[in-house]
Amino acid sequence: MDWTIFFVVASFGTYIGIALWARAGSTNDFYVAGHDVHPMINGMATAADWMSAASFLSMAGLIASLGYGGSVYLMGWTGGYVLLALLLAPFLREFGKFTVPDFVGDRYYSTAARVIAVICALFVSFTYIAGQMSGVGIAFSRFLGVDFNTGILVGMGIVFIYAVLGGMKGVTYTQVAQYCVLIFAYTVPAIFISMMITGNPVPQLGFISNVRGEDVSMLENLNQVVTELGFIEYTSTNKSWIDVFAITGALMFGTAGLPHVIIRFFTVSSASAARVSAGWALVFIALLYTVAPAVGAFARYNIIDTVNETTYIETDDYATAAEGITSNGGTPVPEWFKNWERTGLVGFEDMNGDGLMQIRGPNAPDGLANEVTINNDISVLASPEIAQLPEWVIGLMVAGGLAAALSTAAGLLMVISSAISHDLCRRTLFKGMSDKTELRIARVAAAGAVAAAGLMGMNTAKLAFVAQVVAFAFGLAAASLFPIIFLGIFWKRMNKEGAIASMAFGLISTFSYIYYFKFVDTDPSHWFLGVSPEGIGFVFMFFSAIIGIVVSLVTAPPPQDIQDLVEDIRVPGTRTRHGSVDDDMGPMDDHTPTPAE
Amino acid sequence: MSNEPTKIDAKGYWSATVRLTISLLVIWFAVSYGAGVLLRDVLDNVSIGGAPLGFWFAQQGSIYVFVALIFYYCFAMNKIERKYGVKG
Repeated sequence: MDWTIFFVVASFGTYIGIALWARAGSTNDFYVAGHDVHPMINGMATAADWMSAASFLSMAGLIASLGYGGSVYLMGWTGGYVLLALLLAPFLREFGKFTVPDFVGDRYYSTAARVIAVICALFVSFTYIAGQMSGVGIAFSRFLGVDFNTGILVGMGIVFIYAVLGGMKGVTYTQVAQYCVLIFAYTVPAIFISMMITGNPVPQLGFISNVRGEDVSMLENLNQVVTELGFIEYTSTNKSWIDVFAITGALMFGTAGLPHVIIRFFTVSSASAARVSAGWALVFIALLYTVAPAVGAFARYNIIDTVNETTYIETDDYATAAEGITSNGGTPVPEWFKNWERTGLVGFEDMNGDGLMQIRGPNAPDGLANEVTINNDISVLASPEIAQLPEWVIGLMVAGGLAAALSTAAGLLMVISSAISHDLCRRTLFKGMSDKTELRIARVAAAGAVAAAGLMGMNTAKLAFVAQVVAFAFGLAAASLFPIIFLGIFWKRMNKEGAIASMAFGLISTFSYIYYFKFVDTDPSHWFLGVSPEGIGFVFMFFSAIIGIVVSLVTAPPPQDIQDLVEDIRVPGTRTRHGSVDDDMGPMDDHTPTPAE
Repeated sequence: MSNEPTKIDAKGYWSATVRLTISLLVIWFAVSYGAGVLLRDVLDNVSIGGAPLGFWFAQQGSIYVFVALIFYYCFAMNKIERKYGVKG
């Protein structure tokens, strides 16, 4: 407990220190960190921005329970960066403004398009941020003995300080620190567990190695163990391939369309820096994402190996009871299980009354019922104890989980505050606003968004749907934002009418489908083409693109000015001013001559 | 600013960029959807270390290729930019 407090206080202190150092002096600082973040630094910040509490705590456990089926998260949440680097980031950077609705509103010369993009950005970001704040609350209540709501208030306070004072500049540099904390906390226990099970200290290699001292590979052994207990093979899945295909696609294109990821690439100095930065972001993400499947497989292996058929201990005096069981020739339940039982993340119910703990799958050959429940987060949280690491490593894990949640929350807050202060106030409602006023509104909006996110976090238990909303965020980003940004760059002929039709279709169809099949009719046999709500954004993305193209073709082409603008953003260094679209823009980057000069 | 931009072949630059993008996306598709999903059963007959190859591509290999793809893209784009006189 003391170590946990130490790491949490030390890491929070660092974040506040960075915030005080990196204060924002202008809207340029506040929205895009002055456009001068180093590509590698931005890559690191993007990795922290991207990897949420769910990536850090839940993903490995999800893979552990899904086996091959968990691959959709691994491929989906990394493959999106290839799309981002090749199709979006360099061009949006060349466009040279602050936000995603900025691009949509200007490229499609339409206030309506801008407002719809604001709605998409706000909806995606709010659904995502509520989960982060409740993650912070859970970490505090479970590990520091602080009340859930108080935990959220502390988290809100920290994010408030660096997001409201420092804007994107403060967020960028705290995210770098948060990345270091979270990757260290994640990989250290993984290395020790890999050595323990396979003898290879590199988890990515341990994953494909033999079990230590035996002539059988870890995965083969795992397949054998889980099938004997009545589960499907670890390296297979019972999802249909079309659903695996669609979910992977929705996560990939959704990743590329998420506003809080896109805006990170506005902070570097040029289009080519944006490309390199996307590469670095994926390197830093891959460090965790290639370790996660190893952590998942090791955890599945280890938990079955150490818990199945052991003798349960009722009393609090673990040591004496365990000694008694051992002297009678039995194996006691491992101590970590008893420790985590208190948090409710693992549980045991003795169905057959034999005192032994049976882990069983749905088709167990011996016909016994499963008696052990294991929350997905255990794979990561209990990993230090399973690997018998010292107690301070657990403190590090808690600090790492908080870093992952806070860094993602801060990135989302920047999207929310800029959508309100820049896109709604400056560019839609009060056009002549000064930079100073806008900066003040941006700070107020960020503060308001922190409060709203905190309140949503505190009410997640009541808002039952929040647990289901990941599907919303990715599906909506894939079906409503990705097609119009992509077509806006790669197809000059795409016009205002097409964009509005495309976004409106993507937003309404995806939202309705997910809502209907998550809450009204949960029978999978009714799914459209057999695609689950998690994957539907991928299917609707194509429809939404086709609708955009057809509507564009039957209406007037975009004005010449806009077509010239599209040509400019395709070729780095040729961006010039284009009439009213760029009226409110500050000086161009120095490599770009303006017509007046 | 007095220095007139050097002759930029914007058309040539853009078509070279699109060609490069398409070929890299083909690889992107092949390692994830191809090796990891569609052809998994075939590839699983081969092993890499102790893992079936299709499964390995879905959980490890595709991610390594993604990283390599982006850095190759940066390298190839720099070459295209030099060739067509574009200043990135």
